[in-house]
Amino acid sequence: MPNNLPFMPNQGSTLAPHVDALYLVLVAICAFMTIAISGAVVFLALKYKRQPGNEEPQDYKPSTALEAIWIVVPLATFMLFFVLGAIVFFKARRMPDSSMDVWATGRQWMWKFQHPTGQTEINTLHVPVGRPVRMIMTSEDVIHDFYVPDFRVHTDVLPNRYTYNWFEATKPGRYHIFCSEYCGTEHSKMIGTVVVMEPDDYQLWLSGGTSEGSPAAEGKKLFESMACVTCHAAGTGSRGPNLEGVFGTPVKLASGQVVTVDENYVRESILNPQAKIVSGFDPIMPTFQGQVNEAQIMQLVSYIKSLKAPETGRPEAAPAPPANAAAK
Amino acid sequence: MTTDAIDSAQTPRHEEGTNYINAEYGLLSWLFTIDHKRIAILYMISVTALFFVGGIFALLLRLELMTPQGDLFTSDTYNKLFTLHGVVMIFFFLIPAVPSVLGNFILPLQLGARDLAFPKINLLSWYLYVIGALMGVVVMLLGGVDTGWTFYTPFSTTYSNTWVVPTVLAGFIAGFSSILTGLNFIVTIHKMRAPGLTWFRLPLMVWALYGTSLIQLLATPVLGIALLLIAVERLWQVGIFNPALGGDPILFQHLFWFYSHPAVYIMILPAMGVISEVIACFSRRKIFGYKFVAFSSLAIAFLGFLIWAHHLFVAGISVYSAMIFSFLTMFVAVPSAIKTFNWTSTLYKGSVSYEAPMLYALGFIGMFLIGGLTGLFLATLGIDIHVHDTYFVVAHFHYVMVGSVIMAYFAGIHYWWPKMTGRMYPEWWARLAALLVFVGFNLTFFPQFLLGYLGMPRRYHAYVPEFQVLNVMSTAGATILGAGYLLPLIYFVWALKYAPRASANPWGASGLEWHTPSPPTTHNFEDTPTVTWEAYDEKAWLKEAEKNV
Ligand code: HEC
Ligand SMILES: [Cu+2]
Ligand SMILES: [Cu+2]
Repeated sequence: MPNNLPFMPNQGSTLAPHVDALYLVLVAICAFMTIAISGAVVFLALKYKRQPGNEEPQDYKPSTALEAIWIVVPLATFMLFFVLGAIVFFKARRMPDSSMDVWATGRQWMWKFQHPTGQTEINTLHVPVGRPVRMIMTSEDVIHDFYVPDFRVHTDVLPNRYTYNWFEATKPGRYHIFCSEYCGTEHSKMIGTVVVMEPDDYQLWLSGGTSEGSPAAEGKKLFESMACVTCHAAGTGSRGPNLEGVFGTPVKLASGQVVTVDENYVRESILNPQAKIVSGFDPIMPTFQGQVNEAQIMQLVSYIKSLKAPETGRPEAAPAPPANAAAK
Repeated sequence: MTTDAIDSAQTPRHEEGTNYINAEYGLLSWLFTIDHKRIAILYMISVTALFFVGGIFALLLRLELMTPQGDLFTSDTYNKLFTLHGVVMIFFFLIPAVPSVLGNFILPLQLGARDLAFPKINLLSWYLYVIGALMGVVVMLLGGVDTGWTFYTPFSTTYSNTWVVPTVLAGFIAGFSSILTGLNFIVTIHKMRAPGLTWFRLPLMVWALYGTSLIQLLATPVLGIALLLIAVERLWQVGIFNPALGGDPILFQHLFWFYSHPAVYIMILPAMGVISEVIACFSRRKIFGYKFVAFSSLAIAFLGFLIWAHHLFVAGISVYSAMIFSFLTMFVAVPSAIKTFNWTSTLYKGSVSYEAPMLYALGFIGMFLIGGLTGLFLATLGIDIHVHDTYFVVAHFHYVMVGSVIMAYFAGIHYWWPKMTGRMYPEWWARLAALLVFVGFNLTFFPQFLLGYLGMPRRYHAYVPEFQVLNVMSTAGATILGAGYLLPLIYFVWALKYAPRASANPWGASGLEWHTPSPPTTHNFEDTPTVTWEAYDEKAWLKEAEKNV
C-alpha cells in the first residue's frame, strides 16, 4: 500500500480524507504564518543591525491600529480552525445508521474482539470493506486506547463503561491497531491488526471459523441462570420492568429525568441498579457487581438488545443511539 | 558620571568590593541565608543538577528508540525512564527554573526593593523544593516509578507495582514550594515597588511573574489534592478513581489537568517575560505595545484555567463539552500571538545586536511559533482525534517547553549572568552553544511531528519498523542538543574565575537591576532608587552607563 503523500499515513477509511484535508489546511496556514513571522524577525534583525550610523534606535509613533489587526486576524483564523475541526469531529462521532457492531475489550496487554455472530478474536479484527463497523469498547483493568492510524480513529477504552467508535474501511488490507494510552509494562506491545476483506471473503471467513454461540444466545442463558427472569418476566405483575423492546427507547426515571436505553444504561442497571430507578418501580434490584465479568455483561446487554417488543412482530434493526451517545 | 543614579551605582558608599557573594563565607552562610540573591543561586545549583539528571534520562530514551525493537532496556525500565524524565523535568526543573532562579534574583532588583516580602518563607520554599527533589532521588534509587508523569488512574492507584506514593508526595511537597514562591512574589510586587515605579512602569518580566504567581497560588493546590487522593486510594483502597472500588478514573484527569494545563503557563509566562527584557535590551527599544504585552500575561493566566479538558477530547467526554473546550482553547492562543507580533515589531527601527541572549530570544520566537501553532492543531477537534497521545503531542510540548522555555531560561541566564556573578561569559562560545541548541533541538523534535501524524503513539518502548528513519534522526538531534547544553555548563564554571569583570550595566540595558553594581550588595541598593521614567525608557541614564563599559 503506497503512501498517498510523504509523511502521511494511508487513507484506509471514509473518515481519513476529511481529517487529512483539515490537517493540510492547517499546515498551509500555519506554515505561512511561521515563515512570514520568522522571516520578518530575521529581516528586521539584519536591517536594523547595530552598526556605525545605527547606534541608537530611531523614533517613530507606534500605531494602535496594528494591535487591533493582530488581535482580530489571529482570532478569526483560530475560529476558522475551530469550526472546521468541529465539522470533522461531528462526522467522526455521528454513528452511521446501519452498522455492524463489534465488541472490544482491552486488557493488559491484549485486545479481544467479539463479533455478534459469535466469533471471538485476539489482537486481530476481521471486517468487511465498505460497511460501517461500530466498536463498543470497554476495559477490564486500566485505561487503554483503541487507535487505528490509517483509519484516523482514536478512542479511549475505559474500565467503567462503554465508549464507542466507528469506521468504514475503504480498501482491503492489513492495518495496525495501537494502544495509545499508556497502560503499563507491555503498552507498546499492545498492538494488533485490522484485516479488511472483500465482502465475499469476509463471509467465507465468518463461516470458516469455529464460532461459539452468539453473545445474545449466551446472554439468554445467563438471564435465566442468574434469575433475572424472576423479576423481568414478560407480562404484567412482574416486580421489574418488562425488558422487551426497551433498547433504544426513552425511559422515564423516578427522578423525572428521561434517558435513552443504550449499552451503558443497561450496563449500569446491572452493576449499579440504584443509580437510575425506573419510574413506577421499587429499587429492589440487587447489584450484580462482582458476579458477572465483562464478557457476561456484554452477553446480557446483547440479549436485552435483541429482545423486541411483541407488537412489532419481527423487528427491524435496533435504532442507533444518537450521535452524542458515543461520548456519553 | 553626571546623574545621581550613576553615582550611587558606580561608587557604593560602603566598603569597596563587598557584595552579596563575599559578604559572608562558609556553607552555613549559604544554607541559612535569607538573601533572595543567594537563594536564587541555591536554586540555580539545584535545578541545574536535576536538569542534567532529567537530560540523561532523555538521552537514554532516545538511545533505546534508535531501533524499533526494545533492545537496550526492558519495557519496565523504559517506562520508568520516561516517567522520571517527565517528573524531574517538569516538577523539579521547568516549574522552578525561571521563577525561582531568575525571578528570585531579579524581581526585587527590578522593583528597587531590598528583598522579597517574606525572605524566610523564600528560604523555606527552597527547602521544600529540595526535600521534594531528594524524595524524587530516593524513588530513583529504590527502583523508580512507572506511571508516567501524568499518574493516570486506575493504573497509578491500583495496577502499578512501583513507588507511586513517595513520588506523588515528592510532587506534593514541591508544590508547596511553588505556592509559597507565588505568594511571596505577589505580595512583593504589590507592596515593595520603589517610589515612582507605577504598575505601567514595571518591566514586562514583573508582569509575567505576576501572572505566573497567580497561577502557582491558585492551581497548585488542586494538583496537591489530586496527588494526595492517589496516595489515599493506593494506601487505603478508598474508591475515588478506581471503578472497581466505585470511583471514576476520568475524575482524576479533570483534577490533574486543572492544574497541569495552567502549569504549562507557569513555565511559559515567565519565559515570555525574559524574552521581553532581552529583546528590549538588545534592540534598544521600548517593547512595542507595552500595555498589550503586559495585559496578555494576565489574559493567559486567566484563560489558562478554562481549557483543561482539551486533554480529554478522546477520553469519553461528550461532543458538546469537547466543542466548548476546543473553542475556549482557541482564545488562549490570541494573547500569545499578541506577544509574538509585538516582539517582532520591537526590532523595527531598533538598534539590534546579536549577543548570545538575543540569539536565544530570536530562536525562542521561531520555536514558540511552531510550538504554539501546533497546539492549535491539537485544539482542533478533527485533528486531535488522530494525533492525540502520539508523538505529535510529544513534539508540540517539547517545542513549547524545551524550544521555548529552556531557550528563554538560557537567554535569561546569559543576560543576567554579569549581574549575578560580576563576570562576563565567553561570548563566542555562548553563540556557538546557542547555535548547537537551535540545530539540535529542531533535529530532535521536528521529525516527531511527522512520526505523530504517521501514527506512532507516545510512551512506546518498541515500535513498528516503518518509523525507524525519523526516530534515528531524532536521536541524532538529541546528541547535538546534549552537547549544546553541556557547553554552557563548562564555560560558565570557567567564567566564574577567568572571565573579565562586568560593569554595573554591561549591556546598556534598562531596568533598576542595572542601577546597582554587579554583583549587587546584600541590600541591593545603597539608596532606594526613585523612578521617573517609563519602562524601557531611561535614555539619559543609559548613555552614561555606556561610557562605563
Ligand atoms: C429482585 C428483582 C430483580 C432482579 C433479580 C433483577 N432485576 Fe433488573 N430490575 C428490577 C427492578 C425493580 C427494576 C426497576 C427499578 C430500577 O431501575 O432499579 C429493574 C431494572 C432493570 C433494568 C432497567 C430497565 C428499564 O426499563 O429501564 C435492566 C436493564 C435490568 N433491570 C436488567 C436486569 C438483569 C440483566 C438482571 C439479571 C442479571 C436483573 N435485572 C435482575 C428488578 C430486578
Ligand atoms: Cu493498553
Ligand atoms: Cu497501552
